[in-house]
Amino acid sequence: MNKGSKELTKGFFKENPIFVLMLGLCPVLGVSTQVSNAIGMSAGVLFVLLFSNIIISGLRHVIPPSIHIPAYIVVIATLVTITEMVMHAFVPAVYSALGVYLPLIVVNCIILGRAEAFASKNTIVDSILDALGMAIGFALGLTLIALIRELFGSGTITLFPMGDFSGVINIPWFYDNPIRVLSLAPGALLIMGFLKAFFDWNSSRKKDR
Amino acid sequence: MNKPTLTVSSSPHLHAKTDTASIMWSVSIALTPAVLWGVYVFGIRSLLVLGVSIITAMVCEYFLGRLYKESTLWDGSAFLTGLLVGMNMSPSIPLFIPCIASVFAIFVAKWVFGGLGANWANPALSGRIFVFFSFTTPMSSFVAPRTLASVLPDALSSATPLSLSKTAVSGGTLGLDGSSLLSSMGYPATDLAQNISAMTGISAFTIDTFLGNVAGCIGEVSSLALLIGGIYLLARQIITWHIPVTYLLSTALLSWMFGGIPSGLGLFGGSFLSSMFSGGLMLGAIFMATDYVTSPISHKGQFVYAIGCGFFTFLFRYFGSMPEAVSVSILLMNIFTPMIDRYIIPRKFGDTRELRKKQKEARA
Repeated sequence: MNKGSKELTKGFFKENPIFVLMLGLCPVLGVSTQVSNAIGMSAGVLFVLLFSNIIISGLRHVIPPSIHIPAYIVVIATLVTITEMVMHAFVPAVYSALGVYLPLIVVNCIILGRAEAFASKNTIVDSILDALGMAIGFALGLTLIALIRELFGSGTITLFPMGDFSGVINIPWFYDNPIRVLSLAPGALLIMGFLKAFFDWNSSRKKDR
Repeated sequence: MNKPTLTVSSSPHLHAKTDTASIMWSVSIALTPAVLWGVYVFGIRSLLVLGVSIITAMVCEYFLGRLYKESTLWDGSAFLTGLLVGMNMSPSIPLFIPCIASVFAIFVAKWVFGGLGANWANPALSGRIFVFFSFTTPMSSFVAPRTLASVLPDALSSATPLSLSKTAVSGGTLGLDGSSLLSSMGYPATDLAQNISAMTGISAFTIDTFLGNVAGCIGEVSSLALLIGGIYLLARQIITWHIPVTYLLSTALLSWMFGGIPSGLGLFGGSFLSSMFSGGLMLGAIFMATDYVTSPISHKGQFVYAIGCGFFTFLFRYFGSMPEAVSVSILLMNIFTPMIDRYIIPRKFGDTRELRKKQKEARA
């Protein structure tokens, strides 16, 4: 495998931002109540991460090291504001569901973490690949948690309405008997913990072999 | 050849027969009167509920024990957890709910943290809280006990007396204490309780809650049956009196002093006895709060723990918006147990204040 594809795929599983790096957990716990929210959040993170990595990587020789964090925050905050306005204009339902977590992308550890750890030291192409990989890994993890929580916690799977399809799939038995705790805050921590344990166990098992 | 008359071995030299299994089975025996009473007043379906939760707990324990390569199936801990989960269920519960509660109790509350002895929360209570907040409606709809079935109106039988009086108080019925409030709503009392009430002057409702003639969970309606079990455990020296007595008394005292405030009776207007007998307090105080694993080790710590349980039970019962005061407060104090054990350390033998002062000076 060449270096480029490695930068891309490492974010999927090996360095998954949620389950391995444990970055950006605040939105993961907050918005994972519905699959549609998870997808909206992932889209926002993808956009911001991609462009912040591009810009910061491009400016890596320009930004003085002593003020690099404020400079990154300015870049990220600009991008987040753009995302927020676009979402407010085109997907108001997702915008209102995400609530405070959308502006909070500014201080999301994934964005700043990748800027600090990767984009400030690598070329633009590598940074783009890294951003895509990390964002996809984040999306996978977040959607997985949201899927489990919504399926068991409220018995539905909420996607986006398209044509005749209302966007909500009702799961027969769970819709009548939802395990409500899973869609509340303790459920997020429980599912997150169990998935983290599962992935850790899985990777340690691979290492042993 | 002479046999050696002196055996040299290392300590401990004194052995007691007590082990985990004997304790767990004794606690299960102590729960029998309450179980029998529950099955008698709520009918054979409650036996089914108990059976489902016990079997689920034991099956779960068997598979997890295999996974962890430990055989703890027959030490009775899973049986006891399942039994307690079942006793905490309404008799009319759909059967998948005790299943989920047992699985949560054994898997999440117990084995995830390393099995028996390593759990920080009481497994049965965690299971109950998990399903309570998941399936609130079936968990809080009850049936009338056999002894009151013919006289109890349907509208009153589906809730426990505690939640009935709470709803009435928050609905604006003020100036009545618990039992007169319930009788003003038409909550009946058994003839036996009325006779005893005429003799002793204690309200008939309080006597009915003591005897177990109210709607409620299978195992927690009869304080009398639970007290018999508690006395058996005290006599077998499986529990000490510190936690149950402190817990019951602190709840009752606080309820007597401040419990009348929400219903407009002012200070010292609450009921001392019925607060002690109603709800899950007796079951919680005798069987749940005294769990070895999740309660403090020293007696001083146990006092702190039990007073905390009592305080929170009182607080949730009279000023909280949800039921489940006892379960939530015991779980809350379970969380504080490691801290209590850390800060309240029993005095070492021979340790005095002067000695400690001297050691401190020597170090300085």
